[in-house]
Amino acid sequence: MNAVAPISLEADSVTVTYPSGQTALHDATLSLQGGTICALVGVNGSGKSTLFKALMGFVMPSRGTVRVNQRPVREAQRKSWVAYVPQAEEVDWSFPVSVHDVVMMGRYGSMNFLRIPRAADREAVELSLRRVGMWDLRDRQIGELSGGQKKRVFVARALAQGGRIILLDEPFTGVDVKTEEAIIGLLRELRDDGCLILVSTHNLGSVPEFCDQVVLINRTILAVGPLDEVFTPENLAHAFGGALRAFEIDRSTVQAHDGRHVTVLTDDERPLVLGKSGHLEYRERAGREALISARERDLETAQAALDEAKKGSKED
Amino acid sequence: MDLLVPFRYDFMVTAMWVCTLVGVVCGLLSAFVTLKGWSLMGDALSHAVVPGVAIAYFVGMPFALGAFASGILAAGAMTYVKLRTPVREDAVIGVVFTSFFAFGLLLISLRPSQIDLKTIILGNVLGIPRDDALQVTVVSAICLLVLALQGRDLLLVCFDPGHARALGLRVNLLQGILLTLLAATAVAAMQAVGAVLVAAMVITPGATAFLLTARFGRMMGVAAGIGGTSSFVGAYLSYYLDGATGGCIVTLQTLIFIIVLVFAPKHGLLASRRARQAAIA
Repeated sequence: MNAVAPISLEADSVTVTYPSGQTALHDATLSLQGGTICALVGVNGSGKSTLFKALMGFVMPSRGTVRVNQRPVREAQRKSWVAYVPQAEEVDWSFPVSVHDVVMMGRYGSMNFLRIPRAADREAVELSLRRVGMWDLRDRQIGELSGGQKKRVFVARALAQGGRIILLDEPFTGVDVKTEEAIIGLLRELRDDGCLILVSTHNLGSVPEFCDQVVLINRTILAVGPLDEVFTPENLAHAFGGALRAFEIDRSTVQAHDGRHVTVLTDDERPLVLGKSGHLEYRERAGREALISARERDLETAQAALDEAKKGSKED
Repeated sequence: MDLLVPFRYDFMVTAMWVCTLVGVVCGLLSAFVTLKGWSLMGDALSHAVVPGVAIAYFVGMPFALGAFASGILAAGAMTYVKLRTPVREDAVIGVVFTSFFAFGLLLISLRPSQIDLKTIILGNVLGIPRDDALQVTVVSAICLLVLALQGRDLLLVCFDPGHARALGLRVNLLQGILLTLLAATAVAAMQAVGAVLVAAMVITPGATAFLLTARFGRMMGVAAGIGGTSSFVGAYLSYYLDGATGGCIVTLQTLIFIIVLVFAPKHGLLASRRARQAAIA
């Protein structure tokens, strides 16, 4: 769509202190270029939303600066460079606006003083709605949509706005798998167009699925960089402190240990782990000896059957 | 009985058009107020203008200026206390507006000969002086103009202030404008229905329209229609009933609200009962 030079976003030692005296973010420095999907990962209360607000110019840093394309945030706002997809809870879904109305709000920045839409605005709205597959539902009141459809409307608004930096706050909460995949596909297209996509999430599992870069945050920025460099057990432990649940395979009831580790990490949800024959696995072996020996017998039976089958096929 | 009798009297004609104008402006604004969740604020501002009116009468300046200054001062006081203390918003609003109202009542009671308490509290549109009618017209015209120019931006600020900020709209300024409009309409409506009933004028039409439509544009139109019609008819009826005009207008608005509450096609009580029964069957 836009083959212009990639946009840049820089925060330089940003500290945000709220009027209550609470410092939500301390000395945060980061520099990101367009053409990437970057996850902003941290526990609740780690300053994720504060960093978002500072990047969008909603809160003024008490120290430090934020610059978009080397320009102040205020200028970036006027040029509609930064688009924001809010969390579902932030929106009043009973508000009397249609899907089309909401996406048209994305065009306000490029309209005149009276905000009367022109042909170009209508076209942009239609294009965006078709891109997220919501054109047929354009006349619905927004409260009459499913969770996934609601999210797609706000993604369409960001598209219609033509933002070069798109911030999404917990985009996959309350969203069906199909929509999640559709949104991820769309974000990849936007990344390939040179946009900078910044996704705030506390859902660790979703990050490796679609993000190129990660910012780990806990009151300050702990690490920034490519996914595989930043997403290490040490960094995650540092960022999440005691708030992570670990499911270590070698300590669990999962059979056939060879002494090496596979670890399943989650934040607030416990993982549901099913074994190779579809049975439930438990986090600790202690107290489940009967279960383990039953599984071992199953395994021996299965192995014996397998050997038998092999022998049979050799004889043929 | 000749139904055109009220139109033969100048004071009735004035009363009817002043009420209709105020009704339309309040109706339009009520769409924003109810969606923004500022209904309590509307109630508060209408009471908070009273001391300003009293002072304006004492010193002989236009009542609208005094009322407006008083309303803005109250709004400022509420914002300040809310930002500086952990006291909840409804409590802050309650404390501030009752203090303003009490101060206003005190002022009026000190100089009962100069100013009629009943006029301020209950309104007296049938006896409205020419000068006051002119002030109401000017205030209403300014409100209409601001709504025409800034309506869409105000809508965006009500719906999604975050997005509005991201687009570089001055959200705090726009909220200030909305608050100022609320204070201005409270000043105008006070003449029509009195300070106590202004709240109904800036809440009820919007609440009624919300039940009838899921589009903001239509909601504004319906609210303005309800506000204008009920105010016109209310003023007209008050001639025959020989009762308080404000009481007539607000009672009419309430009747419309009740009818809509029962019969509205989607959000009405009957419609939800039908939907429940359909779901069970």
